[in-house]
Amino acid sequence: MDGAARQRALSASLLQRAGLWREADARTRRLSSGRSDDAADATHLADDYRLLAHDLARARTLLPDSRTREYLEAAYARAHATLHRGAWHIGSELLTLFRDEIPAVVRALRPYIIWSTTIFALAALAGYALVHRYPELIALFASPDLIATVERGKLWTEGLLNIVPSSVLSVQILSRNISVSLFAYCAGFLFGLGTLYILGLNGLMLGAVFAFVSRHGLGGPLASFIVAHGCVELSVLCLSGAAGAAVGEALVRPTHAGRIESFRIAALRSGKLLIACVALLVGCGLIEGYVSPNPGVALWARLGVGVGYWLFMLALLSGRLFGRRAAHPR
Amino acid sequence: MSGPVRDLTVDSVTGIDVSLPVAGPGARAYAFLLDWHIRLIVALAWFVVGALLYNGRPSLAPPLSNDARWFGTVVAPALAIYFLYHCVLELAMRGSTPGKRMAGVRLVARDGGSPSAGALLTRNVFRLVDSLPLCYGVGLISVVLTRDHLRIGDMAAGTLLVFERAEARLPGSAAAARGAGHLDAAGAEIVAELLERWSTLTPEARQRLARQVLDRYGGGEPAASGGDPDAAWRAELERLASSR
Repeated sequence: MDGAARQRALSASLLQRAGLWREADARTRRLSSGRSDDAADATHLADDYRLLAHDLARARTLLPDSRTREYLEAAYARAHATLHRGAWHIGSELLTLFRDEIPAVVRALRPYIIWSTTIFALAALAGYALVHRYPELIALFASPDLIATVERGKLWTEGLLNIVPSSVLSVQILSRNISVSLFAYCAGFLFGLGTLYILGLNGLMLGAVFAFVSRHGLGGPLASFIVAHGCVELSVLCLSGAAGAAVGEALVRPTHAGRIESFRIAALRSGKLLIACVALLVGCGLIEGYVSPNPGVALWARLGVGVGYWLFMLALLSGRLFGRRAAHPR
Repeated sequence: MSGPVRDLTVDSVTGIDVSLPVAGPGARAYAFLLDWHIRLIVALAWFVVGALLYNGRPSLAPPLSNDARWFGTVVAPALAIYFLYHCVLELAMRGSTPGKRMAGVRLVARDGGSPSAGALLTRNVFRLVDSLPLCYGVGLISVVLTRDHLRIGDMAAGTLLVFERAEARLPGSAAAARGAGHLDAAGAEIVAELLERWSTLTPEARQRLARQVLDRYGGGEPAASGGDPDAAWRAELERLASSR
């Protein structure tokens, strides 16, 4: 038999299996779309995968530029994706995330958390010292309306609920805080400099505004306004900054095969912390909308809410809220 | 300017690698525009219906004072639909969205499987960077410049956009196999495809193609019997495809 005739005979024998491919692909489609939970279909999938792999290898040699090969490539890729796709149980995934993965990320990011908190605290102190010494510099950090209100001896937070309902206020605040938090993380992409900028700027603003209101005798009322939501809100900013700093360091000093690979690993790992941060900021927004501007809530109650929510945050980040136990040395 | 489609090659336990064609900037932009229109239309529809129900008359005007019910039932859900569309749908559809489906692309992890929930969330968080300074400028530049057409979010999440190949269909393979005696496999595919597409071609085009195919694979011209020439060309092709 000459080469061409042999090739034609092999091609013909391959094409006679088209019915098997169609059946295999139909089973794969049923399983991948979730339309079938038939055990027979599932057990057939491994055989189908081998069948398609075998015939695709032959088609790549015998019919390289044909629609048959294109079809087999698609069917094989679909079978591969279906076979290697893990079970999708959103409840257990979330439990694993909050109980095991986020606490592990927090432990791994501990040095970054310490550094970002230190940078934020130093920036706040610098802002306080700057405006305390040179009060006119407050114009760099606060709006003219805010300055005018404080100079009249009032806080801008007074009577807030007369202007905006709590629910609207909460959503506005939480969406703003979440975007700041996400930006602090994403800005780590600029080799960590963006994160540094956001942490520094927010620290400077906090310190400067505190120094300014203290000069007008309003430091106590402002602290009273902030205490319920601020403990967690500021902690979350430092946590987001830590996640962004880890991303930045992965780009500055890659530890894996390449810069992009290091970036991917750092972003995926530290990004999980952002899920906890967003959840905590939703709570902060609700407190800031319903509790903080409400003059009827006493200082001790605000303090209780603030400390309680902060302890809740610690329990969440350590995984103990979801039943994780502290590791004891044997 | 677009080069040849690059394939993501994934190792498999069978020893035969899986080949997934990577989608380029055009397919990405097409999928994004489809999704953008869908989320805009759905969000606007929610706003319009919500505002009409809220006002109780044909008016979309917001209330004069800040009203929690207006914000909670009309504005906030519309904003949520618009801003959380990608995030929620990619999670629910495991790396796909209606726009991606229509464009024939889907997201995969580097191992060819479905991306994890963490990867999908990370990819969406990095939209903040990709969308800078406006109109996804950073993301577009990144997609054009990188070998696998990745935006920053894809780099962070380890994901790729690949073509679905859902439309890949077998030609009349049974006919091709039967026709192996006269036609080689490629010829049988061509004949089967021409017969499949017969009704979508103009009579002139299909007769010209039929003549070329029959010339090449040794079929004869249909006999001039005074009947429908179009049907005669088709019959000749069918005879060639089924001949032993």
